[in-house]
Amino acid sequence: MIGGIDTLLEGMLLGGVYALFAVGLSLIFGIMRLVNLAHGDIIVLGAYLILTAMAAVGVSLGVATLLTVVAMFLAGFALQRLVLERVLGEDILPPLLVTFGLSIVLQNGLLLIFGADSRRLQAGAFEATSINLAPGLSIGLAPLIALLTAIVVVALLQLLFYRTLLGRAFRATADNPEIAQLMGIDQRNIYAFAVGLSLAVSAIAAVTFGIRSNFDPSIGPARLLYAFEAVIIGGLGSLWGTLAGGIVLGLAQTIGGRIDPEWQILSGHLAFLIVLILRPHGLFPAGRR
Amino acid sequence: MTGDHQPIVWRVQSATKSSRIAAIAAAIIVPLLFLVPAVASRNLLQDLIFVFTMLALAQLWNVLAGWGGLISVGQQAFVGLGAYALFAGVTLIGLDPLLAIPLAGCLAALVAAVLGPLMFRLEGPYFAIGSWVVAEALRLGCAQFKPLGGGTGMSLSSAALADMTGTKAVAALFEIRPAAARDVIVYWIALLLVLGITFAIYLFVRSRLGLGLAASRDNNAAARSVGVRTDRIRYWLWVIVAFVTGMVGALVYLQKARISPDAAFSVVDWTAYVLFVVVIGGVRTIEGPVIGVLVLWALQFNLSGYGSLYLLMLGLIAILVMLFMQRGIWGSAAARWDLQFFAIRKLLIRDEQ
Repeated sequence: MIGGIDTLLEGMLLGGVYALFAVGLSLIFGIMRLVNLAHGDIIVLGAYLILTAMAAVGVSLGVATLLTVVAMFLAGFALQRLVLERVLGEDILPPLLVTFGLSIVLQNGLLLIFGADSRRLQAGAFEATSINLAPGLSIGLAPLIALLTAIVVVALLQLLFYRTLLGRAFRATADNPEIAQLMGIDQRNIYAFAVGLSLAVSAIAAVTFGIRSNFDPSIGPARLLYAFEAVIIGGLGSLWGTLAGGIVLGLAQTIGGRIDPEWQILSGHLAFLIVLILRPHGLFPAGRR
Repeated sequence: MTGDHQPIVWRVQSATKSSRIAAIAAAIIVPLLFLVPAVASRNLLQDLIFVFTMLALAQLWNVLAGWGGLISVGQQAFVGLGAYALFAGVTLIGLDPLLAIPLAGCLAALVAAVLGPLMFRLEGPYFAIGSWVVAEALRLGCAQFKPLGGGTGMSLSSAALADMTGTKAVAALFEIRPAAARDVIVYWIALLLVLGITFAIYLFVRSRLGLGLAASRDNNAAARSVGVRTDRIRYWLWVIVAFVTGMVGALVYLQKARISPDAAFSVVDWTAYVLFVVVIGGVRTIEGPVIGVLVLWALQFNLSGYGSLYLLMLGLIAILVMLFMQRGIWGSAAARWDLQFFAIRKLLIRDEQ
């Protein structure tokens, strides 16, 4: 009984991290129909940037994360203006190929600089603290904060999209870029802002993920797949759906892993395929607004 | 209408001067390629097997993504399935490896046929990641299959390979050891496969179906309105490409004689290199991948010792080509000098009589 509840809690907390992976991916897809195949490697890059800021500059984890969020936003803005903008168009092949190339470049670049060793972000005492819910049932403070972070990030993005001028510009551009431009929205800046925002969220995903598990340069593609699965399970076009999708994926992996540790990742993939069979539009698709 | 005007006759023509020259050159070069094992060292033979199988995979990906619009980054799924089917056939059932190759293709096609409708539910670019998820799931599934070595993989014993059809005859013919004779047979099959694939794609692209696909890629609604059954053509293209990809995978691993899930389902080996070949040569051209694979071979020969720096460079080159030379080496050259080795365009020619 306690073991079962423990598994469910752990799965939900893991889901928070996956939701953070997923939000950045669906953000770009929703606004500009671009799928960034380097998304997973960008998250790993974020984790290494935080690590480097802590080791080289000697700042605390919080400050390092803040610096990385800003740096990643700027990097995303530049990535769109200097690279992706040149290949975006009717044909979806060029941007896919470019981001796939970027994925290979990031992976091997990180491998050259940092080597293949596993790393982890050190969060001090906070890392080991846990909260006792019942005798024999406790949850780690760090995973709990990861899930809360995911909820806050989704809520903030939701506010941004539906309560601000920038959000309206995002939605208008997503609906029809030409007409949005006629209304005086600068499409180039909107797109660059969206990619920047996606990378900034990826940096937040990186810190929650880097504290709870080891990372090395090769694990990017797997993060991309988890992000993608969370998006599809949750349903396209809905941020809260994506959060739920992440939690479903986290639960599937944790339950699968409890049955047999070797089945952990495979269970996540199978859950994704089952949802695709039964509910091709995801569990919580965006209704008509 | 005055009687002075000459009647104007229009006709459709595909062949060009360069395509005729290319056909003659091919008629000379192809037979010579079959004779290469008589003079080549085993190393060169293995290099050429790499070139042919890479080219085969590149052509298959190119027709799937370039013409079919099905951009998959999960073709390693079918390479790996084919490879595992070969090992299962040879070690568990005791099949002749040569017979196991088409069966491996059938297994890959079957899996593609079942998963296809599911994958096609994913919109455009999400299809790409979906295909990658499938490849990962199959990799993890094969790693659970203990009779074939589980996660660590296994080797084909030389006893299982000794009875392969033709090995003894080739060994006697060239006076070489059985292992080298096996490479010769693999070389011939790889050559046959790549020639067959290239010719089949040429015919497909020129055919009604190929035109239909090109039309639906350019304007789906318009193509459907004139009766192009895009979905059906795409589905069968996806299944047939999986069939052939499975056979190529089986062939590659027959030559390697050692398998592991990580290697057989490697996204770098069976998708990244393949994409590189197509991008460098030119997407949506039949000639491009030939150029691309030669570039890859040259780079591999000189730089593969650099490991991750080499891969980093491949990625950078591919990005730069996509940014500044989107048609690739062949596409750009063909546009500049009006070259066409495979006559896949239809030109409307006006004859004045």
